[in-house]
Amino acid sequence: MSAETPVVTVSGLVVRRGRRTVLDGLDLTIGPGVTGLLGPSGCGKSTLMRALVGVQRTQGGAVDVLGLPAGSRALRERIGYVTQAASVYDDLTVTENLRFFARVLGLGRAEVGAAVARVLDEVDLAEHRDALVGRLSGGQRSRVSLAVALLRRPDLLVLDEPTVGLDPVLRVDLWGLFHRLADGGTAVLVSSHVMDEAERCDRLLLMREGAVIADETPAAIKDAAGAATVEEAFLSLVGGAR
Amino acid sequence: MSRFVSLPVTLAVALRVLAQLRRDRRTVAMLLVLPTALMSLLWWVFSDVPGDSFDGVGPALLAIFPFTVMFLVTSVTTLRERSSGTLERLLAMPMGRGDFLLGYALAFALTALAQSVLAVGVSTWLLGLEVPGPLWQLTLVAVVVAVLGTALGLLVSAFASTEFQAVQFMPAVVIPQLLVCGLFVPREALPGVLGAISDVLPLSYAVDAMTALTTADAVDGAFGEALADLAVVAGFAVGALALGAATLRRRTP
Repeated sequence: MSAETPVVTVSGLVVRRGRRTVLDGLDLTIGPGVTGLLGPSGCGKSTLMRALVGVQRTQGGAVDVLGLPAGSRALRERIGYVTQAASVYDDLTVTENLRFFARVLGLGRAEVGAAVARVLDEVDLAEHRDALVGRLSGGQRSRVSLAVALLRRPDLLVLDEPTVGLDPVLRVDLWGLFHRLADGGTAVLVSSHVMDEAERCDRLLLMREGAVIADETPAAIKDAAGAATVEEAFLSLVGGAR
Repeated sequence: MSRFVSLPVTLAVALRVLAQLRRDRRTVAMLLVLPTALMSLLWWVFSDVPGDSFDGVGPALLAIFPFTVMFLVTSVTTLRERSSGTLERLLAMPMGRGDFLLGYALAFALTALAQSVLAVGVSTWLLGLEVPGPLWQLTLVAVVVAVLGTALGLLVSAFASTEFQAVQFMPAVVIPQLLVCGLFVPREALPGVLGAISDVLPLSYAVDAMTALTTADAVDGAFGEALADLAVVAGFAVGALALGAATLRRRTP
């Protein structure tokens, strides 16, 4: 996919949750590679991600994903979505969870076994395959949730804070996985409020109060702000916007 | 929606629900043993009373147990599914709402089958409950009533935000039906307004069906009568499932 055909195009997106307007006429595009979505808690990252996946009720604007309106039936097996809280069954084993979701995703009887073995390997949980998910640590549970999203090699992978609660070694491993997926043609959108993770992205979207305040490569963002780290750049951008 | 139900996905949901249930040994034991134990207790309560009071009340309870138990179990499990995010994840996948609902209904219908085979068997063979017709007819009624309980449980789970609230729906939805279904006072003898209310509540028809099967002298006519009542119960179950489907929203605020 070339840079001229974005994977995601958002135009004039308006989302109100209750009486609060979370997104007010948001415009952005997301291309291939690993895109980081950064910003403080409550700035609208999760809401934007829900809109891309098609589970967020919106009040205006358009969201196109892979050339189709977000939420289209044809998109449902092409997008992998991992929420902040691990959305898996605690009272089933890791393998039982994966086999179930594989069947829901429409994998045939013959493909299920291979897909489950592959994703177990990718998230490094092969040795816990027969453990009950409820008995796993928080980081392991969220990796089970991530594994579900990888069952069908998605064209777009949307990850809401996937590295929360993980130790540094695992975080490095996961970022390696995200880049391998991107090299294989999957566009990856990762949200985080940990700024040091931003350096690992191909491109960054910095969000604040429902608006995109920067949309560049990490290097360009640092250069523009004359800052040594993305964190400093973010702080100076926020200062400038005030 | 172009495709409401996909058989492989429906079966996957049903098998998953059964796998979760199987892992919870204590719940399985309660599901299977409790109705039978309560029937035995009821028999004991009536054992010194002259006449055939147990024959009069027993059949109604064979319909009420699966209804109540499946209502409770389903409302709590589907609420858990809503609050844990797994429902949202499934709806973002290529899963129809019908697959979800029918998968649950199928899993709990099978559970109800095991439960009522045990309860009907013990009631008739050990406790001496008089049933003129074949026993599978009683089991059929119990399974359909259990599906109704499952359907209503799915529906009310949309209106509960905690498991405490879900459990509170039991007295709100089940006990009023219990009071006017003909168990305590024959439906014909109820005050006019209550009689009319009882006519539009599904449990009344479930108890009527059980009563028809267990008290009629003319066995041939009894099954037809029970089938008519059962059709009403099934109609309510389908209605509740349809309303339940409306509460499974892919997009939420």
